[in-house]
Amino acid sequence: MLSRTAENLFWLSRYVERAESLARILEATQRLASLPVAYAGSTNEWESALAAAGASAAFAEKHEEATAETVVNYLVFDTGNPSSIVNCFEVARHNARAVRTALTMEMWETINGAWLELRRRPDRKLLGEELTRFLGWVKEIGLRFDGSASRTMLRNDIYSFSRLGMLLERADNTARILDVKYHLLLPEETKVGGGLDYYQWSAILRAVSALNSYHWVYRQSLKPWLIADLLILNDQMPRSLAACYNDMTRHLDDLSRGYGRQGPSQRIARATRARLENAKIDEIFQTGLHEFVTSFISDNNKLGTAITEQYLA
Amino acid sequence: MSTAPFDEMTLADGSVRQAYAKLAEWLKSAPTDLLNYRVEEAELLFRRIGITFAVYGDQQATERLIPFDIIPRILTAKEWTTLSRGLEQRVDALNRYIADVYGKREILKAGIIPEDLVFQNAAFRPEMAGKGVPHDLWVHIAGIDIVRVDADTFYVLEDNARTPSGVSYMLENREVMIRLFPELFAQHRIAPVERYADELLATLRSIAPRSAPAEPNVVLLTPGVYNSAYYEHSFLADKLGIELVEGRDLLVRDDVVYMRTTEGPQRVDVIYRRLDDEFLDPLVFRPDSALGVPGLMSAYHAQNVTLTNAVGTGVADDKAIYSYMPEIIKFYLGEEPMLKNVPTYRCREPEALKYVLDHLEELVVKEVHGSGGYGMLVGPHASKEQVELFRAKLKASPAGFIAQPTLALSTCPTYVNSGVAPRHVDLRPFVLTGSDGVRIVPGGLTRVAMREGSLVVNSSQGGGTKDTWVLDE
Repeated sequence: MLSRTAENLFWLSRYVERAESLARILEATQRLASLPVAYAGSTNEWESALAAAGASAAFAEKHEEATAETVVNYLVFDTGNPSSIVNCFEVARHNARAVRTALTMEMWETINGAWLELRRRPDRKLLGEELTRFLGWVKEIGLRFDGSASRTMLRNDIYSFSRLGMLLERADNTARILDVKYHLLLPEETKVGGGLDYYQWSAILRAVSALNSYHWVYRQSLKPWLIADLLILNDQMPRSLAACYNDMTRHLDDLSRGYGRQGPSQRIARATRARLENAKIDEIFQTGLHEFVTSFISDNNKLGTAITEQYLA
Repeated sequence: MSTAPFDEMTLADGSVRQAYAKLAEWLKSAPTDLLNYRVEEAELLFRRIGITFAVYGDQQATERLIPFDIIPRILTAKEWTTLSRGLEQRVDALNRYIADVYGKREILKAGIIPEDLVFQNAAFRPEMAGKGVPHDLWVHIAGIDIVRVDADTFYVLEDNARTPSGVSYMLENREVMIRLFPELFAQHRIAPVERYADELLATLRSIAPRSAPAEPNVVLLTPGVYNSAYYEHSFLADKLGIELVEGRDLLVRDDVVYMRTTEGPQRVDVIYRRLDDEFLDPLVFRPDSALGVPGLMSAYHAQNVTLTNAVGTGVADDKAIYSYMPEIIKFYLGEEPMLKNVPTYRCREPEALKYVLDHLEELVVKEVHGSGGYGMLVGPHASKEQVELFRAKLKASPAGFIAQPTLALSTCPTYVNSGVAPRHVDLRPFVLTGSDGVRIVPGGLTRVAMREGSLVVNSSQGGGTKDTWVLDE
C-alpha cells in the first residue's frame, strides 16, 4: 500500500484515540473536582488534567489560572490547541478524507458524522451536565470507530497500520496518566493515606476505564501497587502497557510476514514487550516508578519514529 | 423567447410523452409530504456518504452538496441508440484530430483549420509534437455535453477532452434513487449504470504501455483533498480498486514511474490523472507545481507509462475548435456528423463579429477558453451594462469569443419549492475509448438549472443534478 495511506491511517486512529483519552481524563477530573476538598486533596485537579494531556506549557501561555472553565475550554474546544478534542476530530477527519478508499463505509461515516455534528454544535461553553453528555458522546465516537474497524475491516496491512496508531497512542496515554499521578501511588504517599487517596486512585482507574476490571482482577480494595500492576503489567487489561505491546508486536509481526521483511520497528517493539513481560511490580517500585514510566514513554516514542521511518515515509 | 421550450415529459397540448407515462401518474398520486420526505432522505444520504464539491473562492462553504433533484430524467432506448452512435463518431474524430495535430498535421495542410487556432492555443503542448502516445489514443475518457431542443433534435454543446468530471454523481444519484424509489424501479426497465467502474478499469488496463506487465498497475492521480472534485477522485479509485495517489507518492527513476509504498517502490503503468497538464511535471511545465512528479514527462515520452487523458488534448475541446467539429468529422471519417453542433459564430471572423455585435441581446457569448459557466453572456437575460461590457470585451479581443443563438433548451419536471415545475437540463454522457474498443454506459449526468428560466446548469453556478434513466426495451 501507499506509504502516505499508511501514514494517514496511522494518524487517523491516533487522533481518535487521543480524543477519547482526553474525554476520559476530563470525566475523571470533573468527578474529582466535584468532591469536597477534604476528599479530593489540595492539588488542583485541573492542572493535573493538563499535565496528563501533555498540555501544561502551552496552556500556561494562554491562561493564568487552571480552572474548570479554562481547562475544559482549552482541552476540548480551543482550535489553537493542536490536541484539543475538536482539533483531534478535525485532523482525524482530514486524514480519513485522504484515505477514504482504505476505510470501510462504517468507519468513514463515524468520523464524518462526528465532524459534522461538531460543526453543528452551538458555539457556547459547556459545563456540568452538558459537558458530561458531550464527553460521553466523544467516548461513544471512539467506541464506534474502534468497533467499526474491528467489525468491518479486512485483516490486512491497512488494518495493522490503523491498529498500530491506536495502540501507540493508547500506551502513551496510559503512561502519561501514570507519569502525572505516580506520586499518589508511592508508598510514602500512602502513609498520608486515608479517604483522600482512595478517590485519587479510583480517578486514575476511571481515566483508563478500569475501575471494574480492578475489582475483577484483584478482588480487594484499591492498593496503589496493584493499580500500577494493572496499568503496566496486566496484559488482560486493554489499556495496560503490556496489552498495548502484545498487540503492537502482533501487528508488526503480521506486517513483516506479509512484506517478507523485518526492521527496527519489530526489534524495538519486541524489546519493550520483553521488558514488560519480565518485570515485577515490586521491582519497578524499588528502582523507581517514575523512572520506569519516563523511560517507557521515551521507548514508545522511539517505536513511533521507527514505524514512521520504516513504513510511512 | 416567444415559444415555450420543449418539455421532455409534458407536450404543449398537455399530453404526456410515452416514456414518462408511469412517472407522471406516480407524481400525480404522490402526496407532497412523501416527496418532501424523500428529498430530506436523499439529502441525508448524500451528506452521510460525504459526496461534496468545493467552490473556489467560497470560504464559507468549502464543502457543499450539489442540489439533487429526485425526479428522474427519462430517455428512450431509441433516443439513446441515436445518441451513443453520434458520441462514438464524435470521440473517434476527436482522437484522430489530436493525433494529427501532434503528428502529420494533415488537417492544417488541407487548410481546414487555421494554424493559429492550434499553435497559438494555450492548451497546445509543443512538447507532444512528434512524440506519439501508447496505442495512439489520446482521449480515453470524454464527457460530451448534449442539449435537446425538441423531440428529435440533440445538439452537442461542448466537448470535454481533458479531465471531464461528474461521473461519480451519475453513479451515486442512481444508488440513492434505487434506495428511495424502489417502487418506480419496479415499474420501469432501467438500463443499469453501475458497470461503469468495470468498464473504466478495462479501458485503462487496455491502454497500458507495451512494456507493462500483463497485470498493469493503474493509479488515479489527484491534486489532493483541497481539489473541488476530490470526492470524485476517491470515489472512483475506490470503485476501481486502484490506488489514489498524489504527486508526492510518485517518483521517476530511469524513465520509469514508481509509487512509494510500505514495501518500497512499486512500478506504475497507467496514470488516470485528474491533474491539469500544466501541473504534471515541474521540470517541463510550471516549475512551481508541487502537485506533479518531476521526470514524469520523460517517462511518458519513453512510453513507459500511459497518461489518461493524454497530455495536450485541450487543443481539441475549446469553443473555437468546437465550431469546426463538423468539418473535423468529415475530414477524418468521411461521414456526416450524426450529432449536430450548435450554429456558432466565430468572432475572429469579421463578418461574424459584426453580426454578433448587432445581435448581442439575442445571443449567448462565450469565452473560447472559458468553462464552468464563468465568463459568459446570456443576451436575453443580461442587463444593459452586462451587454455593453461584453461589447467592449468583444471589440478588444474578438478571437477570444464565440457566439451562439440562445437555444430553447428542453426542460424536465423538477421538484422545487413551489412543487413540480419545468427546469432546463443538459446531459453529459461519458465515452470510454480503449485499445479494445469504445464503451459507453447508457445514461450520463443530467444537470439541471434549479432557478426558473435559467439556462446555466453548472454546479459552480447553483445547478443541480438528476438521475438519468435510459429505458431498456
